[in-house]
Amino acid sequence: MNTAKDYLIFLGRIWRLSWQGSWKYNSWMILLGVVSLVGLNAYAKQFVVGLETTGMTNQVSWGAYIANFTFLVGVAAAAVMLVIPAYIYKNEEMHKVVLFGELMAIAVIVMCLLFVTVDLGRPDRFWHLIPPWGKMNWPISMLSWDVIVLNGYLLLNLHICGYLLYMKYLGRKPTKLFYIPMVFVAIFWALSIHTVTAFLYVGLAGRPFWNSPIVAPRFLASAFAAGPALLILTFQIIRKATGYWIGDDPIKLLRRIVQVTLSINLFLLGCELFAEFYSGTYHAASAIYLWTGLHGHDALVPWIWSALFLNIGALVVLMSPLSREFVPLNLACVALIIGIWIEKGMGLIVPGFIPSPLGQIVEYTPSTNETLICVGIWAFGALMYSWMLHVAIPIMRGDLRAAPDSSTSISLKPQPAT
Amino acid sequence: MANGSPIQPKRVEEALKPLTRRTFLKGTAATMAGVAGLVSALRPLLSLERGEITMDELLQKHYSQLKPEDMQHILGVLEKKCEREYGVKPDIRDIKPLAGVQFGYALSLTKCIGCRKCAHACMAENNQSRDYDDDVNMSYIRVLELAKGSINVETSDHYYTGEVPKKDKYYMPVQCHQCQESPCTKACPVQATWMEPDGVVTVDYNWCIGCRYCMAACPYDARRFNFKKPTIGEQAINPNQSYLSNRIRPKGVVEKCTFCLHRTREGKYPACLEVCPTGARVFGNLLDPASEINYILKNKRVYILKEDAGTVPKFYYYFD
Repeated sequence: MNTAKDYLIFLGRIWRLSWQGSWKYNSWMILLGVVSLVGLNAYAKQFVVGLETTGMTNQVSWGAYIANFTFLVGVAAAAVMLVIPAYIYKNEEMHKVVLFGELMAIAVIVMCLLFVTVDLGRPDRFWHLIPPWGKMNWPISMLSWDVIVLNGYLLLNLHICGYLLYMKYLGRKPTKLFYIPMVFVAIFWALSIHTVTAFLYVGLAGRPFWNSPIVAPRFLASAFAAGPALLILTFQIIRKATGYWIGDDPIKLLRRIVQVTLSINLFLLGCELFAEFYSGTYHAASAIYLWTGLHGHDALVPWIWSALFLNIGALVVLMSPLSREFVPLNLACVALIIGIWIEKGMGLIVPGFIPSPLGQIVEYTPSTNETLICVGIWAFGALMYSWMLHVAIPIMRGDLRAAPDSSTSISLKPQPAT
Repeated sequence: MANGSPIQPKRVEEALKPLTRRTFLKGTAATMAGVAGLVSALRPLLSLERGEITMDELLQKHYSQLKPEDMQHILGVLEKKCEREYGVKPDIRDIKPLAGVQFGYALSLTKCIGCRKCAHACMAENNQSRDYDDDVNMSYIRVLELAKGSINVETSDHYYTGEVPKKDKYYMPVQCHQCQESPCTKACPVQATWMEPDGVVTVDYNWCIGCRYCMAACPYDARRFNFKKPTIGEQAINPNQSYLSNRIRPKGVVEKCTFCLHRTREGKYPACLEVCPTGARVFGNLLDPASEINYILKNKRVYILKEDAGTVPKFYYYFD
């Protein structure tokens, strides 16, 4: 009984803490809240009228929602790039920040689930996916696998973060059995979410552009570049905006990881382009449409070339000693995040539908309403993550703790001033 | 690079300020502003048509779990809804497949003249949404105009106009191939689309969640999505309807050709065959050795579109 009471007190304190912040924090949250509501408003309109409010058609039946979903699954999976150094290589510095990656994974998976939900024509029937009431087509449908792995990954991370934070709050040493096994399961699970999402496309024999074994490895390589790049930026924001000190070591290690993953991504891209353009079969039509335009239709050409140059530019900067300084490093990170976001959306999802299986070329541009919904979900994701950091950091610092008078519960070692 | 300052944990009162009258009022004001924002964001929901989502449909079970009396009830609900929304009371039935039947369809590329009568007849029969009278965008049949000398669909024209047949062209109508190894039914995450015992791939419009994964999976572009509530004039409605085929679809679900199962399961031909002026279309039972379709499969030069996709269609093109 007492344990339950303690936990309720904990939740109550979290709730109260959520509403206390500096004016900067408050304005940031109000801004994100307003943008989220604008997105919700756009979604309410879509719910009433139908997906006609989007730019999608019978020919291009997936668009910005699924593109953002695909990109974000990768970002969520990239939390393992902190978990592996922290737990397998026992990197002390990484251990101090690994929770930030896991919290980000939670926020991003929720964004993924939102992007899928807004894409549904009948969101009122989402329960058809949930056994035993629904009729999930498992194990045949890759989409049913995706539902399982995404929700599983969300639960794993919720458990790991929730448990560790609560133990820290209580000032108790976490019992290894209660979280270490989950951490290791989560490593493989993270790989699975992006692999399964890739298989969603790879499994379609009628779409030659996607029906290629290179899609899954490319998904992982690009995700493990974009995700850590986002973490590099996030860590700097956290240490500037909150009192939580993050050293340079995790950032240096992440930079090295991005150097490798981005190189692999570009190498795999080269392999893909060679296969498509050297043999030049009619299966290359989508790739031709994407990179050079097809029969005078070339809406995606500027996008994909920008993505390529952003990625190459980012790699050059990251490989050079220049990126030991923060400004060039951050610019490279921003460039590669945008580059990979374009690559996943305009570069992978949309051209898979163009030309259509019957040779029609119908181009796609997201509508305003559709864009507002996307922006709203991004804002809501940022809102969730900001909130999680806002309540987690005081716990991690030892400011918010169960025993108010004792300072013995504080295990965080002060950093030596340099 | 940047450096840090030592961390001294704050006192709890500093981290979590005690609740005062001031903070309480501030919190209340913020909550009220938030709720007001939420309500105004959701305002468009007020214009949702009443009765568009009925409780019966919302809580309906999967087709395979429906008892006959459940189905009767649902059919009644759907009939009333159609009358209320479209002004026509249809007769909706749940027509079951016949034993010992596997439907197959063959189309002569030699005979087809590209008149698109099949695409229009499909619309008249199957109650698809249309924005104007001869709008065939949602028709289950797309007629491709191809240049003689090649059979590459990528060079096809879907929007050809003028008198047909043109001298240097030939025509290929494409509709659902009712594949034996159907990638669309594999893709569906909720088993809302499946192959019936007579080989027809159907969709339960009351179960489909509208994810459109089946559309991405289809190599024949045979599926259509209801991006909005179907628009169809009172006089254009075919009141003879069935649950798994031509009843008017709700918004947000996928639909497709069912070989007109409400006709063919009762011994009639599909609407597209009946209207064809050249006799290019042959429909029948693949399990009946004496059927015309079997004669064609045994004796004519048969072409299967995209055979390399490995979906084993039951729709065949042939040359006379």
